[in-house]
Amino acid sequence: MNFNSELMKKLSDCFSPSGREKNIREIITEEIKDYVDEIKVDPLGNLIARKKGNGKKILFSAHMDQIGLIITHVDEKGFLRFSNVGGIHAKEIIGLSMVFDNGFQGVVCCEELKYNEKLTMSKLFIDVASTDPEFVKKNFHIGDMCVFKSEYYETPDCTVCRAADDRIGCYIQIEAIKSHPVTENDVYYVFSVQEEVGTRGAKTAGYSVNPDLAVALDVTATGDSLDGIKMDVKLGGGAAIKLMDKSMITHLDVKNLLTNLAEENNIKYQYEVLEFGGTDAGPIHMTREGIPSGVISIPTRNLHSAAEIINKNDVLECIKLLKVTAASK
Amino acid sequence: MFLKELTELSGVSGCEYEVRNYIKKKLEEIGCSYDIDKLGNVIAHNKGKKSKTIMVAAHMDEVGLIVTHIDGDGFIRFQAVGGIDPRVLNSKQVLVGDKKIPGVIGSKAVHLMSDDERGKTIPVEKLYIDIGSNSKAETEKLVSIGDYVVFVSDYVEFGDSLIKAKALDDRAGCSAILELLSMKLDADFYGVFTVMEEVGCRGAITASYALEPDLGIVIEGTVCADMPGIEEHSKSTIIGGGAALSIMDNSTVYDIDIVRSTAKIAEDNNITYQFRKSSAGGNDAGAIHKTKDGSKVMAISVPCRYIHSAVNVASKNDYNSVVNLTKAVILANQKGE
Repeated sequence: MNFNSELMKKLSDCFSPSGREKNIREIITEEIKDYVDEIKVDPLGNLIARKKGNGKKILFSAHMDQIGLIITHVDEKGFLRFSNVGGIHAKEIIGLSMVFDNGFQGVVCCEELKYNEKLTMSKLFIDVASTDPEFVKKNFHIGDMCVFKSEYYETPDCTVCRAADDRIGCYIQIEAIKSHPVTENDVYYVFSVQEEVGTRGAKTAGYSVNPDLAVALDVTATGDSLDGIKMDVKLGGGAAIKLMDKSMITHLDVKNLLTNLAEENNIKYQYEVLEFGGTDAGPIHMTREGIPSGVISIPTRNLHSAAEIINKNDVLECIKLLKVTAASK
Repeated sequence: MFLKELTELSGVSGCEYEVRNYIKKKLEEIGCSYDIDKLGNVIAHNKGKKSKTIMVAAHMDEVGLIVTHIDGDGFIRFQAVGGIDPRVLNSKQVLVGDKKIPGVIGSKAVHLMSDDERGKTIPVEKLYIDIGSNSKAETEKLVSIGDYVVFVSDYVEFGDSLIKAKALDDRAGCSAILELLSMKLDADFYGVFTVMEEVGCRGAITASYALEPDLGIVIEGTVCADMPGIEEHSKSTIIGGGAALSIMDNSTVYDIDIVRSTAKIAEDNNITYQFRKSSAGGNDAGAIHKTKDGSKVMAISVPCRYIHSAVNVASKNDYNSVVNLTKAVILANQKGE
């Protein structure tokens, strides 16, 4: 299997911040609808696809949403004020271009010229490059969201894009659905909403599917750059099997299952302990009477930036690991 | 409008019985059936035309204090229940426990404060309640550890249709739901009076689990920041600006299509509304939309200045806008099969 750059570019370029996942849901539905037995959208907007079987019930989950900003005020001069949607920090976004669902753009500016350690969002604003307040009033509204503007780019071994978190998880699930293994297992692929604001979609999807085993597909940080993060995961090191993060300690049976499957099938893997963050597996493993859960993570540099970097070979290893898990006894 | 009676009752989170008893009495007068669940939520049912299950929720509890220790001289130490800014505590009149023992919150005299302490907020640990007792034994006759403490604050009408009271967050919502239930609309909805919102939306979790609503409408008293020195873009809501529609807060990203259709309903019915321009805070909607396999939610709020203090200020006009808009939303959603 080769890396499908065209598909990943389409997923990354799609505008869909938390709570506004309509566009990405439509793209994914179009990609997978001919390959699954059932497909539905739940009240929060989770897309839940099923490959039917009589065996073990397995849930895979990747989140569709991306981080962004939400407009809270449009002033008389035509400048926009905003809040963050998900993990975005004020001092990291000054000067960045943002793009709205309607294609309009703006640049994040700061009231203070000197960068201040304690800078808050209330000191920032978006300049949408218009001298006409009427134009702004007509086209930008309270509640509109915007995301990083960013151009998809590849090197021979890596991909650079916005929202690799977690469109790469969506990509992996789409590729797995299209080449789904022969199995008796009853497999649900969840494309969840609102992970970035607190893993909200996974909570209701986990409840309605009520699986025997759940595995989330999501990005993780790496310790192989110069950015100061200390951890063992590295780009090119293969699929990362999560052992722990802030939202979950991986069930040992799930850790052993994923490890044995990787060993038996010559899949390149590494273990991951993340000292911050969480995934869809967090709420899912505490659903109902409890659901043994794990995470297959995709090592990612520059997390939550306009240019997240992933290794294409790691992605292919993740797809292999997902597929053997889907077919596992 | 039941605001005067409701705000004069005590109901710190976990101890909502006075409010619950009042609501039960009113529901019986109205002739509305209700249940009380194990956590103490009151779940009233207005039967009528139904195409979906609608849960309209407001919380009965208010922020307050709880007694944690009685010291050797009979002074009472306490902790906050719910989010109280310690700036609003010193020198306030309070009532302690079921016996409503009058007390005042006190602190060290200013001339004894060190340079470091002066001009700074006095932390909760340094404050105490003085009930005029001379000894531990005397205090213990009247007060026990675990007793709840509420602010003393009369219901006062002033200015242009404004009211001052304690606990407008969220007795305003409770009053609104009682009004909606008394209208006997031919539109089915559950009026839910929840417990323990201020400590983490706990009542709403079990109430929505039982009801499995398709649509949750939360009526709240919400932050208002239209005071002097606040920049226009930081004014979360404005007194007199009408019913406040939530866009996003720490617990919920509201469905933008529902927010905009609610704004349209307000416009069509000449109801004043505003958007809540802040993503801070949270309410029962956060619990409701994530229950079981999920539901749609919206939040319609009465702006309250000085929220979570003894002196909440709100506008009767905004309150009426909230009642009218909620009514219009229920009717629009419940046209029947």
